[in-house]
Amino acid sequence: MIAIIDYGVGNLFSLDASFRSLGAETVVTGDAEVIRSAERIVLPGVGAFADAAAKLHATGLDAVVCAEAEAGKPLLGICLGMQMLFRRSHEYGTHEGLGLIPGEVCPIAPVIGAGLKVPHIGWNSLDFPAGKEKSPLFRYIDEGDYVYFVHSFAAMGCDDAVIATSTYGVPLTAAVARDNVFGTQFHPEKSGDVGLRILRAFCET
Amino acid sequence: MITKRIIPCLDVRDGRVVKGVNFMGLRDVSSPVDLARYYSENGADELVFYDITASAEGRALFTDILREVASNIFIPLTVGGGINTVDDFARVLACGADKVSVNSGAIRNSALVGEAAKRYGDQCVVLSVDVKRAGGEFRVFAKGGREDTGMEAIGWIRRCVDAGAGEVVVNSMDTDGVKGGFDLELLAAVCDAVSVPVIASGGAGSAEDFVTLFNTLPGVDAGLAASIFHFGEVKIPELKQLLRANGIEMRV
Repeated sequence: MIAIIDYGVGNLFSLDASFRSLGAETVVTGDAEVIRSAERIVLPGVGAFADAAAKLHATGLDAVVCAEAEAGKPLLGICLGMQMLFRRSHEYGTHEGLGLIPGEVCPIAPVIGAGLKVPHIGWNSLDFPAGKEKSPLFRYIDEGDYVYFVHSFAAMGCDDAVIATSTYGVPLTAAVARDNVFGTQFHPEKSGDVGLRILRAFCET
Repeated sequence: MITKRIIPCLDVRDGRVVKGVNFMGLRDVSSPVDLARYYSENGADELVFYDITASAEGRALFTDILREVASNIFIPLTVGGGINTVDDFARVLACGADKVSVNSGAIRNSALVGEAAKRYGDQCVVLSVDVKRAGGEFRVFAKGGREDTGMEAIGWIRRCVDAGAGEVVVNSMDTDGVKGGFDLELLAAVCDAVSVPVIASGGAGSAEDFVTLFNTLPGVDAGLAASIFHFGEVKIPELKQLLRANGIEMRV
């Protein structure tokens, strides 16, 4: 059973449907006990970091997610859910994240250079870092495959955890992993067949 | 590298896709689900559904259809038609839409774009504008292009983007249906005015029109069309190969 955490942020319809299309059993839940009994956890998120972090904290689920991840349960953060895995975000002020992966979330506008639009929205190709073994999350996809992004902030200073980047002016963090904790800045549930293959790999971690 | 996007647009009335569609191997040419799957498997980067139903029954049917499409097709879905309130946003987002397109609803209620962007984020709000030349300027038309609002279009688009519209679909009524190519003059003016993604609509008659569009206006992010895709005059996989051969980044 995969617990997709519902903490009142964003639209979980497609995420749930995409896992189900793979034959995975899912539960969309905000119940700590259900999350504890699940085999895997997915932390979604759309919108503003401060608002999402406050909601996750208010429900007490931040502590549950951290405890489960630290106990070794596979966790996948998606988009804002991935950004929440980090220690800190600088999205309109400074806000604390879960701190499961070292690094910070910063606006992309100052780093991507002039002439590029913000948000970074659309399909972009994945590059895998040189000299690193391919992440198990990408077992069923290839470098250069395209995935769908919508974001204005990105994780920085997390080189050790980066398992894929996408170039938008400069290489931006596209996906991270640290042991059993995974995060994708892009939306696998909106990335067609490539995205489904990433979710399938997560189901097998 | 980020790609340019190719977006087929499907008009849905009473739960069925209107405009005759004739694809090989498609069992039911007016089934939104079958057609969406066909496009998703054949290179569409995104899908736009316009609900052109007038009745409440048809509207309920549309959300059923949307839910079924979103359960089966995992690429971005934009929904438009009959979006007049923030509750309308909630209704289609709950059924699996990723973005919501507003047109006449934003003209009737100038606060709608801002309210929706505040609740759901800029990335969720797509401004769709029907533009026609009138009185020596670009003019916004409402109600499916039947009514001249008297508003100058570039200023209107800029105001909506400032209020929170995250993308703009620019439909030129002057080139729509003519199949002589996109309205490059209008699109250039919009690209100069705003810094959010611009989606060109209206006028595509051939694959070459898309090459001209993206080569002439690097600021345009996507090309949207309906009939040339539905009637198979332009096949998306071949179109994308042609664009890529012309140096335009494409997901193929």
